[in-house]
Parts: sequence; C-alpha cells; structure tokens
Amino acid sequence: MSAKPQLVCPAGSLPALKAAIDHGADTVYLGFKNATNARNFAGLNFGDTQIRDGVAYAHGRGREVLVAINTYAQAGRLAEWHRAIDRAADLGVDAVILADLGLLAYAHRTHPQLRLHLSVQGSATNADAINLAHECFGVRRAVLPRVLTLPQVESVIGKTPVEIEVFGFGSLCVMAEGRCILSSYATGQSPNTHGVCSPAGFVRWEPQGKAMDARLAGILIDRYAEGEPAGYPTLCKGRFDVEGDTYYALEEPTSLNTLAVLPELMRIGVAAIKVEGRQRSPAYVTAVTKTLRAAIDAAGDARYSVKPAWLDALAPLSEGHQQTLGAYNRPWR
Amino acid sequence: MQLTLGPLLYYWPRQTVLDFYAEAAGWPVDTVYLGEVVCARRHELKLADWLALAADLSGAGKAVVLSSQALLESSGDLIGLKKLIESGFAIEANDLGAVKLARDAGRPFVAGPHLNIYNGPTLDWFAEAGASRWLPPLEASRDTVAAIVAEKTAVVETEVFAHGRLPLAFSARCFTARHYDLNKDACEFKCIDHPDGLTMSTREGQDFLCINGIQTMSAACHALWHDLGDLAGIDALRISPQQHHTGEIVAAYAAKLAGRPATADAARWNPEGWVDGYWRGEAGIHPIQEH
Repeated sequence: MSAKPQLVCPAGSLPALKAAIDHGADTVYLGFKNATNARNFAGLNFGDTQIRDGVAYAHGRGREVLVAINTYAQAGRLAEWHRAIDRAADLGVDAVILADLGLLAYAHRTHPQLRLHLSVQGSATNADAINLAHECFGVRRAVLPRVLTLPQVESVIGKTPVEIEVFGFGSLCVMAEGRCILSSYATGQSPNTHGVCSPAGFVRWEPQGKAMDARLAGILIDRYAEGEPAGYPTLCKGRFDVEGDTYYALEEPTSLNTLAVLPELMRIGVAAIKVEGRQRSPAYVTAVTKTLRAAIDAAGDARYSVKPAWLDALAPLSEGHQQTLGAYNRPWR
Repeated sequence: MQLTLGPLLYYWPRQTVLDFYAEAAGWPVDTVYLGEVVCARRHELKLADWLALAADLSGAGKAVVLSSQALLESSGDLIGLKKLIESGFAIEANDLGAVKLARDAGRPFVAGPHLNIYNGPTLDWFAEAGASRWLPPLEASRDTVAAIVAEKTAVVETEVFAHGRLPLAFSARCFTARHYDLNKDACEFKCIDHPDGLTMSTREGQDFLCINGIQTMSAACHALWHDLGDLAGIDALRISPQQHHTGEIVAAYAAKLAGRPATADAARWNPEGWVDGYWRGEAGIHPIQEH
C-alpha cells in the first residue's frame, strides 16, 4: 500500500478555506479574482489580504495552500498573468497550478524556488506530456484530466517521476479539460480564455406555461417539464435531438464520486485526490471534506467498504443527484 | 498565401479516402495533412496506407505532414505516434506528448490548433522546441492572432483554420457509440455511416453541434470566405475535408486569394450554414456577416 494521498480541497472564499482546513483537508487550492483563474465567478475568489490570511491559517495548522493560475495568458495582457504568479510567490503559497507552457517557463525562470503543478487545464493525458513539463519546467505534480481509466492512470504513474493528482469528487467534465471550447462557441467565453464555462451572465430561464426553458446565449440547452427538477444549463449536459431521439446526447448532469475506488487509487500510487468546486459554498466544502477525509483515512484498511453515511452525505451535493465513477471504470467502454 | 488541406476528421471507407486523396493531388494546395486524428479505433487505413499516400502526394509536389491524434491516452496511441515520427515525414503535434517525442527526436513539427497557444512567449517556447509552423486555437479571433504574431520573436509560420466544421471538444467517451447505445469498445464503427458527422439540434430545431465519435464539432461550417481581405501576418489557410465539394472549395479559395474572379456556392457546399463569429471576436456560432 502506498502512502496516503493528500486530500486537496477547493476554496472560493476565506470561509471555505477555513472550513476545508477545519474538516481535514491536507491542502487547499484557490485563485485570484480575475481572468487568471479558471473559476472566475462573480463574488468569489481571493485578493492578496485574503490569501495572506488563508496561508497563515493553513500553515499554522500544518496544511498547504495552492494557487490556481490556470487559464491561458492572452496576448497583449501577459502582465496580468505574470503579476499573479509574482504575487502568489510573494505571498508564500506552497505551489502554483499552471496550464500555459509560456507561464510555466516564466515561473520556472523568475521564481526557481516556487513549486509548480501542471493544471488539469494543461490537458496532459499521457506520461510523455507530463515528462515534457517536468524536464522543461521542473513541474512536480500534474493533475490528470478526467478521461483516463484506472489502468491508464496506473500506467502514467509508472512512467513519470511527477506526482499525480486525480479528481475524487465533484462536477464532472465529460470533455478533456483544456481541449473544450464548446462554451466559447455558444457564448464567446471559454475556460481557456475567460476562466468560465457556460457563464451565468448568458443563462436565461424562461417559463413556458408549466414547463421551463433553460437557455445559454439564446440556445435552448434543456426544457424541463412540470415537476422535473431544473439544472444549470451547462451546455454539454442538456438534452438535444439526434436523428429524432431527444436525450442527453453528451452527458447527464452527474457528479464524479470515487469512494468505491479509493483503495485502488492508493494502491496505484496516486499522490493527491482533488475535490472540485471552488464555486461551491463553505457548507458544501465542509460536507465533502469531512466525508472524503473519513474515507481516505479508512481506505488503507483491507476491510474498507463505502459507508452508507458517506453516500448519504454526498448524494444531495451531486449534480442532478446522480453520481458516477466517470472514466475510471467506463461503464460505456 | 498558401492553402493547406487539413487532416480528415471523419471516418470514411478506405476506397473513399484513397479516391479523395487521388483527387487532392491535383488541387491547388501546398500542404496536405494526413492521418487519423480523432480515434485509434478507426482502421480503414493503416499506418502503412497513410505512408503510401504520403509518398504519392509528396511525389505530386505536395508538402506532407502526418497529424497526431488530439487525445493520446493509451500506450497504443503513443506507439502509433512514435511510428509517425520515425516515418521521416513532418508531423503535426496536437498533444504535448507528441511535442515531447518530436523534440526528443530533434524533428521540426507543426504545432496544431489543440496545443493552446494564446500568446507570444508560449509560441516562442514551442518554436524553440522545434515548431516550424503553428495554428492558433480555433476560438482565436483575427485580432488575437495578430496580437500573438506581434508578440512572438521566433521565426515560425502561422496557419489558420479557414473552412470546415470546427472540432470543438474531445472526450474519452464516444458520443456516436452512445447514440447507438453501444459501448465504445464495441462501437461497430458506426462513424463510418456518418461521413459528415451526426447533427445535434436543440429541442426547438436549431442545429447546434455535430457528433463525430469522441469529437464534438460545430454543426455549422466555419468559413473565412468573407474575411480574406485582412490576413496580415498569416502564411497559410487550412481547408478541412468534407464529404462533398472539398475540391471546389479549395479551387474557389485559391482563385480568390490569387485575385481571380471567384464565387462561393455556400448553399450547396455547406447547407449547414456558415459562421465566422470566432474570427470576429464573438461567439463562434455567430453567422457570417457579408461585407
């Protein structure tokens, strides 16, 4: 059995950061209030003072803080991204999470002591891609896109000196992260350019009699019948028509939940397990952190089994109240 | 201005592919990109077939580039890629793993549109790694491309995706197999029944996206036909293969770029409609504005 993986939890605010630390996160990740952050949502995220307070809170309790600067620097505006890296380094964070190779080169050159992680947005799905980032920029950890099976994750781990972090719980991208521009096709704004997907400013809810239409930039993403719970119109999770069939053509609204495979993730040597959700509330972070902490602590035991109480805690927090192992076991393979 | 023929994004029967490239040998394109870029399960043409096509097209005076798959997940995918690099032809890298293998082999490569190059220093980094040409991300506008080109210091050619359905997203999951309620590993190669993909419409009948195996494309055709007047800093335009009319489209673009009289038969070439919102800095789905 390998060492226990770190539990890496999201913080969209200082209260969420404290909630994560108080309930067992080893590491918290966060981002600035600007376009350098792939969760650039209104009313969320951190300024310098909050990061300083968050780092003090975490370090005082032996935990770590990572800063995600994980969008792609836009030409003509490089200073915004360079400043974000400089600020993160000055604020004493434990690592920055980057996707843009030019930014990795900048950080490696300018702040040689700063630990670098390759973001999931960097879209490195194989060991060669990760090793390139290691050789060129000294990247120490890579976050894998949610497209690989467990045997594929194991194969990557066997072929790289870089620590591997995987997603353990939260909303699920069905597309390879960093390789999806569906959002900008519909709205003009994507994760790579603006740090957003299906941004709220483009969402319209339109009652149609007793039904409800959910639109993104005017495009009908889903239509909910009376009494049907309506979800957020993330454009890959709507119901569309293909050859006369109306169904979730790309993906159902669902959340990733890896509790069932935690012992396997530990056996293959995953270094860290990440919880998605910097856009979520401190209450969400509390519930997920507590549950994952308990599960990871129990997963080293040969008699490990998923406790019904854990599932009860996570079920109401899941998108569409559904959960899946996603690519890890590929029921659709 | 050079014209290039992008890699085939769809799964066509073997003879259809061979006939297509036999015709393409006579088209006014400078470079032809070959190879399977979407799904390793597609096997109508094997590597040896692609290499034979590469030799034929090379003999016909075309520069040939072998394109890598955009999503490299399995060891098998990477073995295929190593063979591409060892073939002696230039490659188009669409994944950082492909960049590493080309760089290690000391081979120049084309940095494909899925490498996420959004600024000058990042482009310079790829050039130093061996990129002799690059394609901007498909969502980049004319102004963005100009800004990146202005910011770079390396000598590297710029090629822009100019005509075709846009490959917008890649997944581990196969949406064509999902449509048929089949598992990906037993997909019965249904993509072959959809030579231009499967249109995905909204529940009020707006054509929105197009399913092409693990790839999700735009339902509409991205077309820079009306934007050819302002291409400063761009060295090449890419035409993406489609089931019908590709040769006519290439010929029309070549004529227009050469200043000869040229007309587009948009309604016949692309009944799915033309968009160019991305190029104008808007949502990619925004229709063309003739001017």
